[in-house]
Amino acid sequence: MKTVSAAIPRTPAAESAPVGKTWLEIVHSWVITVDHKKLGLMYILYGLLFFVVAGLEATLMRLQLAFPNNTFLSPQVFNQLFTLHGTTMVFLVGMPILFGFANYLVPLMIGARDLAFPRLNAFGFWLSAFGGFLLYFSLIGGMGMTGAGSAPDVGWFAYSPLTAKAFSRGHSTDYWILGILVGGFGSIATAANLVTTILCMRCRGMTLGRMPLLVWLNLVMCGMVLMVISPLTAAQIMLLLDRFLGAHFFDTQAGGSAVLWQHFFWIFGHPEVYVLILPGFAFASEIIPVFSRKAIFGYPVMVGATVAIAFVSFGVWAHHMFTVGMTAVGNTFFAISTMLVGVPTGIKIFNWIGTMWGGKIRLATPMLFCIAFLFQFLIAGLTGIMLAVVPFDWQLSDSYFVVAHFHFVLVGALLFTIFAAIYYWFPKATGRRLSETLGKWHFWVFLIGFHMTFDTMHLPGLLGMPRRIYTYEAGRGWDLWNLICTVGVAFQGVGVLIFVFNLLRSLFKGAPAGPDPWDAWTLEWATTSPPPEYNFAEPPVVRSRRPLWDLKHPTDPDWKYE
Amino acid sequence: MPTASTANVLSRPVLSPGMLSSAVTLAAGSSLLGAVPDPALVPSIFRPESVPADSIHQLSLFVLAVTAGIFLVVFGLIAYATWRFRQRPGDDGREPAQIYGSNPVEAAWTIVPLIIVVVLSLATARVLHEVQNAPMPPSALEVEVVGHQWWWEIRYPKLGIVTANELHVPVSSPADRRPTYLDLRSADVIHSFWVPRLAGKTDLVPGRRNRLWIEPRRAGLFLGQCAEYCGTQHAKMLLRVIVHTPEDFERWVQSQRAAPGPVPDTVAPGRRVFEQTACVNCHALDGTIADGRFGPDLTHLMSRDTLGAGAAANSRDNLREWIRRPDRFKPGVLMPAMNLSDTQLDQLVDYLVTLR
Repeated sequence: MKTVSAAIPRTPAAESAPVGKTWLEIVHSWVITVDHKKLGLMYILYGLLFFVVAGLEATLMRLQLAFPNNTFLSPQVFNQLFTLHGTTMVFLVGMPILFGFANYLVPLMIGARDLAFPRLNAFGFWLSAFGGFLLYFSLIGGMGMTGAGSAPDVGWFAYSPLTAKAFSRGHSTDYWILGILVGGFGSIATAANLVTTILCMRCRGMTLGRMPLLVWLNLVMCGMVLMVISPLTAAQIMLLLDRFLGAHFFDTQAGGSAVLWQHFFWIFGHPEVYVLILPGFAFASEIIPVFSRKAIFGYPVMVGATVAIAFVSFGVWAHHMFTVGMTAVGNTFFAISTMLVGVPTGIKIFNWIGTMWGGKIRLATPMLFCIAFLFQFLIAGLTGIMLAVVPFDWQLSDSYFVVAHFHFVLVGALLFTIFAAIYYWFPKATGRRLSETLGKWHFWVFLIGFHMTFDTMHLPGLLGMPRRIYTYEAGRGWDLWNLICTVGVAFQGVGVLIFVFNLLRSLFKGAPAGPDPWDAWTLEWATTSPPPEYNFAEPPVVRSRRPLWDLKHPTDPDWKYE
Repeated sequence: MPTASTANVLSRPVLSPGMLSSAVTLAAGSSLLGAVPDPALVPSIFRPESVPADSIHQLSLFVLAVTAGIFLVVFGLIAYATWRFRQRPGDDGREPAQIYGSNPVEAAWTIVPLIIVVVLSLATARVLHEVQNAPMPPSALEVEVVGHQWWWEIRYPKLGIVTANELHVPVSSPADRRPTYLDLRSADVIHSFWVPRLAGKTDLVPGRRNRLWIEPRRAGLFLGQCAEYCGTQHAKMLLRVIVHTPEDFERWVQSQRAAPGPVPDTVAPGRRVFEQTACVNCHALDGTIADGRFGPDLTHLMSRDTLGAGAAANSRDNLREWIRRPDRFKPGVLMPAMNLSDTQLDQLVDYLVTLR
């Protein structure tokens, strides 16, 4: 009996290497492409570009905060920087990079030739891209009234009534609204596309229960995107009505409600955190098994935990609002629902450890980033529990402790898994391996910088330092910690430089990767690196969660045990 | 941008008369790392001096202990697994035994976290109700705090006192409970009242009335500041809470309630400048025509330690400079430069410094 037919196709050499194309023709082919792999790479490159921009914004802020009473930046510029940094990192870095990976990997992993709607895919990318450019156009085009400043300065959360015409003159806030609104349409298009693809285009034999965890997590992530972008879009349209047509949804001077905006924003904003972190979990769930040389521990439980996290995450939004004066009953409800998220999340961490347990762990760069992710995500989860304890949150909320907490989530967990994913799948996308030596330098230097900055950042919060202040007085016990935070940024910057150098150098000089450099088990490694436009010469057929394991171990295939 | 000299003025910690000794040396020796801060002025949440802050502190220690325990166990597992199961040099290259999962193990690491969640939820609910729903005793002092961009209006409706940026309250003891109940409101955008050593923070939301209470157990100065981003000068919306002994508090109340005395002839020109410029549109000052509420009440201006909600120490020189160009201390401040001549400025300041 034939157990698997995911044979590695023999692609004619002429097809994989375009010959004789001019530079303009190559650019043109990327601009008009509807290929999921090219769009995926464009999403990732777009995200990395804005990652550098938003990282530089953070660096400027840290320089300003290195010393008390510093006058390096004016308050207006500082406020614009933290608005742009937050908005950029969430909408123009996190979402595009994760959609990029989903775009690239999902069809390959389910044995499809493209997404269900390739043109919609291109449309989604370009909408998201133009949303980002619109936001940044505000720097040069958003002057509005004289002296009103150009870039938005209302924070990425844009709390009303600070966004009302009375307090935010000019058009900078409108650029924030429209940039995110347009990008949101792009996200909805791409999420709908991915959901359709995953539900309808899996290869023969790939039941839902045999999908790689990465595909499962992206399915849940995209389902969440479809549900959470809409409240944000609705709120932004209401805000536009307030600002231009005299509606009073959030206009407190005319009886509107400031708290209403917070409810809308966090019904989007909290699930959004899981939209960002689930793909991070997805990368870890693919990489940890391969580098531990073991099947993922407790696959059905991992799927269940993912769905549980998504479900519960829709009922926790008001934990961002413990200080707005909700009733004690309301506060208690959201405290308990928030703590409950810790249960499925804990299950995931234990299952990853269970996967490593008894394995033969290869400490290559992707795995190093994943182990650091486990450690840092553990801390992020525990500080999250502290923030869920409402009275404790009354002290910690809006302090630097919160900033440290969510940077542990978004940098310590998400960015580390993104780095892991880039080291892991770069050979697939380019046909060349990244340098392991440079990768390890990148890992250790960045790790040191991360911990210098963000471990330390908890402390000024505990000592009463609020967020979003452009300066602070000496003598409050915050000086030393802020200085160490800023020094850590230099290490992170060097780490990123090593990473970028590694990317560029390996793109041209990296060792050839071959189709399956990591001895992995999912379908994307069954085709060439980089894959041909049609991905698979013949549609694969699978019988288990690890089709390439079955192929490599015909006497001991997975499908006998699953 | 403030010049070097103003920056110096700004970096001087704002002092109350009683704390000069230690803090002046501190400001003088303020080096790269800010030297050693006066511990009394560090607004640490782990050094509570008030009943609600203390309840929160106890709870936070419990939560820290629980999370530290979880951290040690899970971190230990990650570190052990990484070390113990790393691939060794000279490995035979055979794949390890494939284990797909285990229901009893999964159940264990589902149930244990659930139990921890239940314990933490109960502890949370108890302190939450105890602090949030504490009934107001009849002996409590009631104060209204109104947030403005970027200063605090503080009103004692039953005492007829209006001041700004400084909250004066009596100390409370178990024998003689004198908690202070704050009625929190906002005149414009959302602000948040946070004095870490006295209580957790509560927002001042336009269109709502929120409540917060403190019950300090020790006299002294406690620092806090606005904790919700409220626009350009969110950073310089500082707050000072001065906790008095009951006798001192009574003295402070009397001094604030005293009607302004007759204006000495020497400063009458300054008063005329005040009444004839735009000052009166935004500020209130008892005994004059000024009754604005957009800026702080100036009736007892010189009884306060700071200008511009903590932007500068309240001295004659700083006051003069503040009126001339407030944005040198606080860029973006809503008070405009008053464009007075040097003579007018001197006359005005001569008058204002008599407002004690």
